[in-house]
Amino acid sequence: MPELIIDGQPLRVAQGTTVAAALMSAGDRCSRTSVSGQRRAPLCGMGICQECRVNVDGLRRLACQTLCRDGMHVETRP
Amino acid sequence: MQGNVADVIIVGGGIIGAACADELASHGLRVLVLDCQRPAATAAGMGHLVVLDHSPAELALGEYSVRAWRELAPQLPDDCAMRNNGTLWLACNEEEMAEAERKHLALNAYGLTCELMSGAELAAVEPSLRSGLSGALRVKGDGILYAPNAARWLLQRRPEQVRQQRAEVVEVQGHRVRLKTGEWLHATAVVLANGIYARDLCADLPLQAKKGHLLITDRYPAQITHTLVELGYVTSAHKGNGPSVAFNVQQRPTGQLFVGSSRQFDNHDPEVDAAMLGRMLRRAIEFLPDLGQMNGIRSWTGFRSASPDGQPLVGEHPLQPGLWLAVGHEGLGVTTAPGTARLLAAQLLGLPPPPSLQAHLDAYLPQRFIGAHAHA
Repeated sequence: MPELIIDGQPLRVAQGTTVAAALMSAGDRCSRTSVSGQRRAPLCGMGICQECRVNVDGLRRLACQTLCRDGMHVETRP
Repeated sequence: MQGNVADVIIVGGGIIGAACADELASHGLRVLVLDCQRPAATAAGMGHLVVLDHSPAELALGEYSVRAWRELAPQLPDDCAMRNNGTLWLACNEEEMAEAERKHLALNAYGLTCELMSGAELAAVEPSLRSGLSGALRVKGDGILYAPNAARWLLQRRPEQVRQQRAEVVEVQGHRVRLKTGEWLHATAVVLANGIYARDLCADLPLQAKKGHLLITDRYPAQITHTLVELGYVTSAHKGNGPSVAFNVQQRPTGQLFVGSSRQFDNHDPEVDAAMLGRMLRRAIEFLPDLGQMNGIRSWTGFRSASPDGQPLVGEHPLQPGLWLAVGHEGLGVTTAPGTARLLAAQLLGLPPPPSLQAHLDAYLPQRFIGAHAHA
């Protein structure tokens, strides 16, 4: 069971969980803040809508296309 | 016979139609702008305000127009995202550096502020670029603009004079147009400003579609400050008739990197061509290596409406009195919209054109392709 860090909070998830699914159990369930200051969350879940882009270990990734790994750092803010 | 619905009917509410509407309205004319909201060049393009100098006429129209945009900038709403960020023309080798020097002399002679930079100076100004470039030419007056919002603003700016109607024009005869509904609308003049679609209404327009791909990334901290364009854009990459790509990147005020460019002839498929997009991105990553780690969030295509000599057609149709043309701007519609509008209005109203364009009027006239003199 990998344990990742989402905005500084540890979260243990089942093997094979996507970051998008992990976000559903973390904080405000959002992945990012839009250019106009709105919080945005995963929508399509299949890598098309680009809503769930999130920082994973310092790089921008799509949360729905990224599997959780042990020790992964996920940042949804600012 | 019905009365006129306006003094001038403009077909197409993109940046050219909007600029023409605003200019004609500023002279007191009543304008009706018809637009059917199909995907077109204003919405697809990069909004790079750039002075090119393939010919004296192109240089004159570009310089006049970019200056006009800069003068308009204080009035433009924030969402037009106008920035006077300048263009850096990048040289990869000695041949391209020689082109930078030629361009420097040509633009300087015309009074534009520009400077040559060594490879080291370039690296200091734009550290995200790969090392080892030969140098660059910096053109300070160039800029960027979010053209769809600029067009919207121009169309709403003089509501007493400019009306907009969502309608598809299916036929044009001189100074009247037929809508898809079957209704005919009359005016003193009709202006075609609908880019590549003008061919569908006027079969003798020598316009060719040049398909282009674009991609925009997620928002990132500042990577670049200027619009970066490879000089290969003019010296090699986009010469000839084969499909080609050239590096052209700007960073939007949102932080998004806006990446071009590609060019394909005789391809009318609006779908993104993955192979072409891949070629374009590989070229971009050669110049901006960090781009390879960034997330592209959207890519799309558009069609440049190109005339045979690369200059627009601005003026009355030689064989159809009352029908006016403002088409064929290829990749420079946003850049040259203000100059186009003033050229058109001057001819339509019998006023003198802007002094700096006076010497080049023939180079913009439709007569060079259409009518009795076209083949003389």
